[in-house]
Amino acid sequence: MAPVADHSTDTVLNARADARAQGGQVSDWMPYLPASTSPFCPDDVDPESLTWAETVAPGSYTHKVLARGTRFRLEDPTGEACAHTLVYNALEPTERLNVADTQKIPWQAYLGAGHPLLSGDGRVLATILTDTSGRHDAFCGTSTAAWNALRYGTALPEGPAPAGRDLFVKAAAKHGLGPADVPPSVSFFQGVRVAEDGSFDWFGSSGAGTSVELVAELPLIVLIANVPHPRDPRPEYIVGPLRVHAWRTPETTPTTPADERFDASPEVRRAYLNTLDYAEARGL
Amino acid sequence: MTTTIDNPVMRPVTTIPVPVTTYLTPDGQLVSSVPVGASYADGSPLEWGDPLVPGAVVLDEQVAPRASWSGVVRAGQVLTIVDVGGNQSGDCLLYNAHHTDERYSAPDTLAWQDNAYIRTGTVLRSNLGRALMTVVGNEIDRQDTIGGACSRESNTLRYGHHVMYHHGCRENFLTEGAKHGLGMRDIVSNINWFMNVPVEEDGALGIVDGMSAPGKRVALRAEIDTLVLISNCPQMNNPCNDFNPTPLRMIVSEPDVDYEADA
Ligand SMILES: [Zn+2]
Repeated sequence: MAPVADHSTDTVLNARADARAQGGQVSDWMPYLPASTSPFCPDDVDPESLTWAETVAPGSYTHKVLARGTRFRLEDPTGEACAHTLVYNALEPTERLNVADTQKIPWQAYLGAGHPLLSGDGRVLATILTDTSGRHDAFCGTSTAAWNALRYGTALPEGPAPAGRDLFVKAAAKHGLGPADVPPSVSFFQGVRVAEDGSFDWFGSSGAGTSVELVAELPLIVLIANVPHPRDPRPEYIVGPLRVHAWRTPETTPTTPADERFDASPEVRRAYLNTLDYAEARGL
Repeated sequence: MTTTIDNPVMRPVTTIPVPVTTYLTPDGQLVSSVPVGASYADGSPLEWGDPLVPGAVVLDEQVAPRASWSGVVRAGQVLTIVDVGGNQSGDCLLYNAHHTDERYSAPDTLAWQDNAYIRTGTVLRSNLGRALMTVVGNEIDRQDTIGGACSRESNTLRYGHHVMYHHGCRENFLTEGAKHGLGMRDIVSNINWFMNVPVEEDGALGIVDGMSAPGKRVALRAEIDTLVLISNCPQMNNPCNDFNPTPLRMIVSEPDVDYEADA
């Protein structure tokens, strides 16, 4: 991007006119406001029900507080996105994603449809409802500046190879959370599998046009950093845009005993019971 | 409703090419799909300057366009900031290096001196009214502490949501502050070295073309040990950097004992 010189900004009035002339434009990556105006509203979603619509730039991040029961869908339009994700109980953010419990309690290392994202407090923060990718990861977390400096020769947050953790730190700060509040994260759309000897086999993307949809089981702070998976073997820093849509209707409720997934396993049933108990007591 | 994949491993994969750019890094070149913002145009005049006060140089660092910087200036030391490319806003926050709850206060600075602009002699005061630093040298008419810092969020108000992904000074302050245990609540109204924000007779206020030039300097003497945060403003939508982000040079010197400051 070359600097722009065709501006007249010598007086306050001219500077104001110059700034205002920039309004009304669109870019490839931006939030759409109101969300109902999203040019990429999913076919099966009523645009009027949208509460969050955004295309996240490669190497950028987004964050939102979502009401309990909100559905949110992450889409990978190019097959190159990697949505590093953290969720917190928005009411008490010391309750946050616990990756170890998320893998251990369901007896399943690989994220997919039906998988709960568990907090360290025995509750379900979000449930993965649908998954057309099947290539996700809960082992490797996100990249750090030290890792990216090693892999790409640079890791500056304002540069061509920002680290996921550094983006999380900024996103967390915007909710009053500090660097100590950024725990291990999960990532969607770029997968690894554990080989017999323990090494990580790179499975990468499942291709363009896949999505995962989640439901917020409690009011959530959602942080997403869209950066390459730390085990992406390519020497280039390649990550595609990420689409995010969230919506709420009378039908979009948190998981209840009427849902099949409530009883998917004895462990997850108790996790949902804990979550409902918390919500009931708090009057949610 | 639930979609399951029988065999994700065998699924044929088609990805759509994402546009990439080649960037220069300390290690060579990097191909990246990140839409990094602008840096200064080839051939831009750069004047790296010298310390504004005589003395032994204890630190001398460059701040790349768009980047952040921080450092502690010990009591008695002088920080010279060089506007290497001219009219490059150096957004700046100051903290008591030992107790960061005490930090730069624009209103205290202005009210104590009964003037809306920073000039030679201005005492940069804390939220407790104490002197953090004193401007002992200044080569442009006036410096700004009214215009605040740009951010991804305020850029959506000023220009529109299409620029929200652009880098901003609040991002730099968060990045640099996190290295010192500082977060969102520690970002207060800041100073903008080499930026021009006039308040006109009818109250009109805004960022207009700067009055600085390549090599112009400001010098700050620390009155107590002061943590200095700098965001070399990456803004590409207003004239706070001439729409041409250039480097800054930060020089800390131990002034000669017989040196007489202007202030
Ligand atoms: Zn700025």
